[in-house]
Amino acid sequence: MGMSVVEKILARASGLPAVAAGDVVEPKVDLAMSHENAALVINQFQEVFQGTGQAPTVWDPSRIAIIFDHRVPAESPKTATNHKKIRQFVAANGITKFHDVRGDVGGICHQILPEYGYVRPGFVVVGTDSHTTSHGALGAFSFGVGATEMASAWALGIAVNIEVPATIKVVVSGTFPPMVGPKDLILHLIGLLTAQGANFKVLEFHGETIRQMSTSGRIAICNMSVEAGATSGIVPGDAETVRYLREEAGVTDAIDCVTPDADASYVRTVEINVSALVPQIACPHMVDNVKPIDQVLGIPVQQIVIGSCTNGRLDDLAAAADILRGKKVAEGTRMLVFPASSKIFAQALDKGYIHDFMRAGAVVMNSGCGPCLGVHEGALGDHEVALSTTNRNFKGRMGNPTGEVYLCSPVVAAASAITGVITDPRKG
Amino acid sequence: MPKVILALENDISTDDIYPGRFMATVLPTETPQFAFFDRTDFNASLKAKAFPPGSVIVGGENFGCGSSREQACSTLKGYDLAVVARSISRIFLQNSINLGLQVVICPGIEATEGDDLEITADQVRNHSTGKVYDQVKLPAARKGIMDAGGLIAYTRARLLARG
Ligand code: SF4
Repeated sequence: MGMSVVEKILARASGLPAVAAGDVVEPKVDLAMSHENAALVINQFQEVFQGTGQAPTVWDPSRIAIIFDHRVPAESPKTATNHKKIRQFVAANGITKFHDVRGDVGGICHQILPEYGYVRPGFVVVGTDSHTTSHGALGAFSFGVGATEMASAWALGIAVNIEVPATIKVVVSGTFPPMVGPKDLILHLIGLLTAQGANFKVLEFHGETIRQMSTSGRIAICNMSVEAGATSGIVPGDAETVRYLREEAGVTDAIDCVTPDADASYVRTVEINVSALVPQIACPHMVDNVKPIDQVLGIPVQQIVIGSCTNGRLDDLAAAADILRGKKVAEGTRMLVFPASSKIFAQALDKGYIHDFMRAGAVVMNSGCGPCLGVHEGALGDHEVALSTTNRNFKGRMGNPTGEVYLCSPVVAAASAITGVITDPRKG
Repeated sequence: MPKVILALENDISTDDIYPGRFMATVLPTETPQFAFFDRTDFNASLKAKAFPPGSVIVGGENFGCGSSREQACSTLKGYDLAVVARSISRIFLQNSINLGLQVVICPGIEATEGDDLEITADQVRNHSTGKVYDQVKLPAARKGIMDAGGLIAYTRARLLARG
């Protein structure tokens, strides 16, 4: 019987001719990514070596990536000290894929990994972040783990005792109508599957719509696959993957796209046609509480957020800037923009988008996670409402348990910034 | 017999168990103070050591969804609590096993705060209602880690075996 793309990747990484869903394997790890929570990984890593008589040494410093993004620049002495501790570890262990708090090479981990060509099709990627699913956009099997599991990978270079996940095939057809795009597709799919519909499973994306989608759009859909519980989302590598890695990430060495067998077995197939899709909104306090926009029009919004690893890329900023250019953010509403990486920030500057945002009254913040997880900046006041292009709207997510977060695409966020209420960009 | 100290709805996220604004605190010895921080009364009872070890949090479907933050497990492990839920999100389940937090998947579980629960090898018995529920076995892949008492000990043994 044939294999799904993740089965193929896991067979290869485990040195086996074939694997099937449910098998227990120990794949070699091609890339191990952490952010500030490397502080905890370091702690667990050192504990692993205690009493062994061996010096704590990472298995391969060239395969470890550490990116500061969650709280940059540090919001507290505690975070700054975590950063310091991690910097010392990075230097002592010769870790090269390190992105410090910087305005040239900094950014959100899930943007930095593709941008610098750290992820390739066929890779096994682990990351101490649930949205590590993002890197399936480049045809890798990429999944989130906890800090102790990362410590184990740092020591052994393998993911110990993992079960091969079953795969759900998602076939997407049709052409997006104007003002509708990948974010609306993934929100719609999460609503369909529910928040745990893909728990322990992989979402493998196919169809003409996916083939024609840019890597940026693919990152958005794989990023949010975890909101349906998925272990990973994956778009099997193709011509666009190669184009992105060569042209945008500057990769020059061989790229080997892994594709599923024609007779692969899937636990379920979901078919979606996007030709009649309308803008989608995830309502508080669950990402699967998804409604078509006409059911939530007119809800007053105090904070608009555009950015994050989901929708903080150049095409997202361009689409929002096109709507805001020459307009003003409504009185009583504040708008925050945080590009996903320093590189994107610089490109947006060159293109004039940053000026468009600032003239409209938006506050443009440094690249990083910003208000997405509510620890740093852009917290909500009591009972305030946010409309955001980020990926989570759990109670308390934006720093205040009485706040409410609605999730949407960049064009919905931009159109709503002008009116101060949830607004359909197709009618704006 | 262990009592249910908190009975929760579906989709309890790690933002609820351990709010993101405390993520700069990482050490397992320091995280317990922030357990369910925004559930003010429950957090105060935990900190006052009002519940004996082994006390149970009952969850609905998809318990522990969201972030991969391991603090959400270490914070509960710090009080030696157990989690019994109808279903558990993958990363939370994995982290719990890795840290030795007792987690039980029990699709039919019905319990309210104050109920007496007995967790056996493959069932959960609610002595307050007289009902008995079957457990779903934890992933077989993780057995070695459970037997070793957690992933740190397991990885250490693997390192030593490799020499
Ligand atoms: S932007 Fe938000 S979702 Fe993305 S990595 Fe940062 S905190 Fe996580």
